[in-house]
Amino acid sequence: MTTPIIELKAVDKSFRSADGTARAVLDKVDFTLREGEIVALLGQSGSGKSTLLRIMAGLIGVDGGEVNYRGLPLYGPARGISMVFQSFALFPWLTVQKNVEIGLEAQGMEAAERARRALAAIELIGLSGFEGALPRELSGGMRQRVGIARALVMEPEVLLMDEAFSALDVLTGERLRDDILSLWTSKAIPTKAILVVSHNIEDAVMMADRVLVFGSNPGRVRDELHIPLPLPRDVESQRVRSYIDTVYGLMTAKTTRAERAASKEAKLQVGDRLPNAGVSHLEAVLELLMEEPYSGKADLPLLAEDTEFSDQELLDIAAALALLGFASLEYGDITVTPLGSRYFNAEAAERKALFGAQVLEHVPLVAYIRRGLEQDPSGDLHENLFLRLLHFTLDEAEAERVLRIAIEWGRYGDLFEYNFNTGVLQLPQSP
Amino acid sequence: MLNPKLFFPKQVVEAGGNRWDWALLPLILALLVLLAYGAQQMARPYQVGDTIPLSLDPINLPYYLLRTTLRMFIALAASLVFSCVFAALAVKYKTAEKVLVPLLDILQSIPILGFLSITVTGFIALFPGNLFGVELAAIFAIFTSQAWNMAFSAYQGFRTVPAELMEASRVFQLSSWQRFWRLELPYAIPGLVWNMMMSMSGGWFFVVASEAISVSNQNIKLPGIGSYIALAIEARDLHAIGMAIGVMLIGIMLYDQLFFRPLVAWADKFRFEEAGHEKMPESWLLNWLHRTQRTQAMAHSLIRMLERSFSRFRLQYDGTSVRARPQAQSAAAQRIWDAVIAAAVFYAVWTLVHFIHSEVGWSEVGRVFVLGLYTMARVVVLIFIAALIWIPIGIWIGMNPRYAERIQAVAQFLAAFPANLMFPVAVMAIVRFHLNPDIWLSPLMILGTQWYLLFNVIAGATTIPTELHFAAQNFGLTGWLKWRRYLLPAIFPSFVTGAITASGGSWNASIVSEYVSWGSTTLKAHGLGSYIAEMTSHGDFPRIALGIGVMCVFVMGFNHFIWRRLYRMAENRLHF
Repeated sequence: MTTPIIELKAVDKSFRSADGTARAVLDKVDFTLREGEIVALLGQSGSGKSTLLRIMAGLIGVDGGEVNYRGLPLYGPARGISMVFQSFALFPWLTVQKNVEIGLEAQGMEAAERARRALAAIELIGLSGFEGALPRELSGGMRQRVGIARALVMEPEVLLMDEAFSALDVLTGERLRDDILSLWTSKAIPTKAILVVSHNIEDAVMMADRVLVFGSNPGRVRDELHIPLPLPRDVESQRVRSYIDTVYGLMTAKTTRAERAASKEAKLQVGDRLPNAGVSHLEAVLELLMEEPYSGKADLPLLAEDTEFSDQELLDIAAALALLGFASLEYGDITVTPLGSRYFNAEAAERKALFGAQVLEHVPLVAYIRRGLEQDPSGDLHENLFLRLLHFTLDEAEAERVLRIAIEWGRYGDLFEYNFNTGVLQLPQSP
Repeated sequence: MLNPKLFFPKQVVEAGGNRWDWALLPLILALLVLLAYGAQQMARPYQVGDTIPLSLDPINLPYYLLRTTLRMFIALAASLVFSCVFAALAVKYKTAEKVLVPLLDILQSIPILGFLSITVTGFIALFPGNLFGVELAAIFAIFTSQAWNMAFSAYQGFRTVPAELMEASRVFQLSSWQRFWRLELPYAIPGLVWNMMMSMSGGWFFVVASEAISVSNQNIKLPGIGSYIALAIEARDLHAIGMAIGVMLIGIMLYDQLFFRPLVAWADKFRFEEAGHEKMPESWLLNWLHRTQRTQAMAHSLIRMLERSFSRFRLQYDGTSVRARPQAQSAAAQRIWDAVIAAAVFYAVWTLVHFIHSEVGWSEVGRVFVLGLYTMARVVVLIFIAALIWIPIGIWIGMNPRYAERIQAVAQFLAAFPANLMFPVAVMAIVRFHLNPDIWLSPLMILGTQWYLLFNVIAGATTIPTELHFAAQNFGLTGWLKWRRYLLPAIFPSFVTGAITASGGSWNASIVSEYVSWGSTTLKAHGLGSYIAEMTSHGDFPRIALGIGVMCVFVMGFNHFIWRRLYRMAENRLHF
C-alpha cells in the first residue's frame, strides 16, 4: 500500500524566458506517489503543477534534484507511465481504434493482438461501435474517452491526467470522472496510482486520497490534505462538502501560517502575477454578493455553483476583489467590505474614481506604469517596456496576460489610456 | 441457378475485384503503358552534338505532352522526397537546422534558369552516351522550380505540430520513424499538397526554358511541349503555338482530374482544425477508387508494409534506461559548430569577392546593381498596378460566394497556364506599334504571378465575418471610408501573403520576360533579368553567376526588409 512508485526529491526547474533570464517554476519540490493512491494537484495557473506532471511523465528534464521511478532514475517517458491530455491529443487522421493502438504499435506488437487489446479497452471505456470513427466525428466527451482508452490499453502502472476534464462541459466531465473511479475501485484496470492535475476543486475532492495545493512563484507544495473517505463519494454528503470548503479555504489563504510569520506582510510586488479577472466580472460578482440571498457574505463553493464560473475564475475574481479592498477572504468565505458596499452604491463616475484610487494603491504594477507616464516628458510609453520588466518574473504568456489585466484596470480607473494599434500607453487627456 | 464457382477455374473465381475494379483496369493499364513507353524513350543512346529529331507536326503533340508531363511528375516526386528529408532533418537536428534553413532561403531566391546553365554539363557527364543525362538536367531544372516552396511548407508543418500531440507521441514511445509517418508527415500533408499544386503550375512556366537547353553554344532540344514551343517561336509559326496551347490545356485538365483532385480530396482527412468546414473537396476518381476491392486491397497491403516497418524501427529502450539519459549539449561543441559555419560563410564571401575582382571587375558589379534597380522598379510598380486591379475584383468575388467557387476554379486554371506562351503576341505588338520595350515588356513579368494576388484576396474576402459586413452596412460606411476602415484592413494579411509569392515569382519571371524573341526578332528591356538571359545565351559563366548572385541579394533583401515586416504587422494587428 505504501510502496513508492515515483519519487521526486528536491526538484528544481526553471525556464528561460525570451530575454534569457531564468525563471524558477519549481523550487525544491518533494513528492512521492505511492501504490494504491489517487493524488490531486491543485493550484493557480502558472504555479507549476503541469510542469510537475510533465516531469513525472518524463517529458521535461529537471535542473536539480532527483526523479526516481521504481527506484531507478527517470530520464524520459517510461513504458509504465501513461498520460491523458487536456485537449485530448488524438491523431485526427487515425480512426478511434488506430488511435488506441498507437502505443502498442510503437512497441511493435502483432496486429491481431493489438486489435484485440484495443477493442477490449474501447469496450471498457464504453465506446464500442465507434472503432472506425475519426475523432472529428465524436463529441468532446467521447474524444476524451478515446484518450483514456489509449492510455489504459498500455496497462500503465501510473496514470497521469492533465486537466483531463477541463475541456469538457460539467456534466460530461462528471460522468467521465465517475467512470474512471469505478474502473479504479473495481480493479478492472491494473493501474496502481493516478495523479490528477486539475483546477476543479470538486473533482479533486471526489477523486483523491491526497490533495496537494500548489503555491506559485516559484511553485512549491503549500498544503497537503488527506481525504480518508471511501470511494465512491457522494457530492451532496456533509463530509465531502466540508472537505470542499476546506480546500477552498486553503486555496484562498494567502500563504501558510509559517510563511506569513516569516515575512511580516506579503505585499504584492511590481512583477507579481495579478488575478486574471476583468472589470465586468468583478462588478458582476460584487453586485451578486450585495444582493439576496448573500447580502454581503458568501461561501465560495456555493457562489461557484450559483455563478457558473469555474473554480479558477471565481478564485481569481475573489482574489482581485480582496486585493482591491472591496472584499475580504477568510477560509473559503468572501465578505464585502464597507468600501465594497460604497462602491456598489456609487454612480458610474464615482465608481471609476474609487476603482482608480484602489488600483493605484494596491496594484504596484499599475502604480509603476502611472508613475512612469507622469515622469516621462512626452507622457507616453510603449507597452513593451513593461512587458520586458514582467519577463523577469513571469513567462511570456503570463506576462502578456498580467499586463492586459493591469491595462484594463488602469484604463477603467482613468489612470492612463492605451492605444491597441500602436501599443502606446499615455496619460489621460484632461477633458 | 448456376453456381459460377463450379464452372470457372479457381484463380478466376477467387480473383476478387468488383465491377469498379474492372472499370478501372483500362485506365491503370493505359497509364502503365504510357509510363513504360515514356521511360524507355528517356534513356535512349545520345551523344552531345546529335540532333534529336523534332517536328512541328501536331500529330507529335500528344507524345511531347507525355514526355513533358512525365518529366514534371518525376521532378514533383523528387521534390516531395527532398521536402520530407529536408524537413525531417531540419526539425530533428538543431545543428543541421542552422545551416539548412538559411540555405533554402538562398536557394529559393536563385533564379531557376541559373541552375540549368550551371548544372547541365555535370548531368551530361554523369551518363555519357545516353540521353538520360540531358533528361536529368531538365528534370533538375524543373525540380528547382518546384522543390523550395514545398520544402518550406513541410518544414513549417513539421515545426508547428501541436505541442500536446508531440508529447503524446513521446509518452506512447513513438520512435522518430514512427513519429514521422504517424504524426509529422500527416500533419504537414494539407500544406504540402497545396504547395504541390502551386509548384506544378510554376513548373509549366519554365518548361520551355528547361527543355530547350543551350550549353556551351550547343542547342539541345528534348522532345516535349517546351521544345515544340521553342521551335515554333524560331519558325514564327503561330498556328503551332496555338496547337501547343490547346494540348497543354488538355494535359493540365487531365492531371488535374486524375491526380490533383483525388489528392486534394484525400488530403482533406489530414486537416487538423476540427471546426466546421463548409464543404469537403470531392473527386470522382477518389470515390471510384474507394469503391474498388482489388485496388483498395493493393493500397492496404502497401500501408501494411509501412506499418510492418514500424515494428522494425521502434524504440528499444524507455525513459528508465541509461541510454535515455540526456546528453548534455556541450557548449564547446555548439560553439565550434558556429565557428565552422562562420568560417565557411567567410570563405564563401572571400572567394566571391576574389572571383568578382578577377573575373568581372567591380564596375560590372555596379552596372548589374543598377540593372537590378530597374527590375526592382518594375516589380514594385507591377505589384502595385496588379493590386489596384485585383483587390477590388477579388473582394467582390469573395463576398459573393455564389461566384467565388466557380471563378476560383477558372483562376486556378489560368494560373497553371504558362504565361510565356503569350510572349510572341507581345513581341509582335511591340514591333508593329514601335513601342518601347523597356515599358511594354514589363507586364509580361506579372502575367503568370498576378493570380496569387487574386487567389489570396478572394480567400481573405471570403473569411470576412458576416457580422462585420452587416455592421459596416448598418453604420452606412461608404466610399473611401469603407475601404480604409473595413475592406482593406480585412484583406490585408492575405494580400501580403499573395504579394510575397507574386513578387518572388516576378523576379524569377524577369529572366524570361525581359529578353524575348520571336523568330529572329529579339526584344530586350534593360534589367537584371535580361542581363542573366543574355549572358546565358553567350555561355558567359562568371557573368551568369554575378547576375544570379545580385538577384539573390535583391530578392532576399526584399523579403527581409519589406515583406516579412508587413507580414508580421499583419499577423499582429490585423486579423479576426
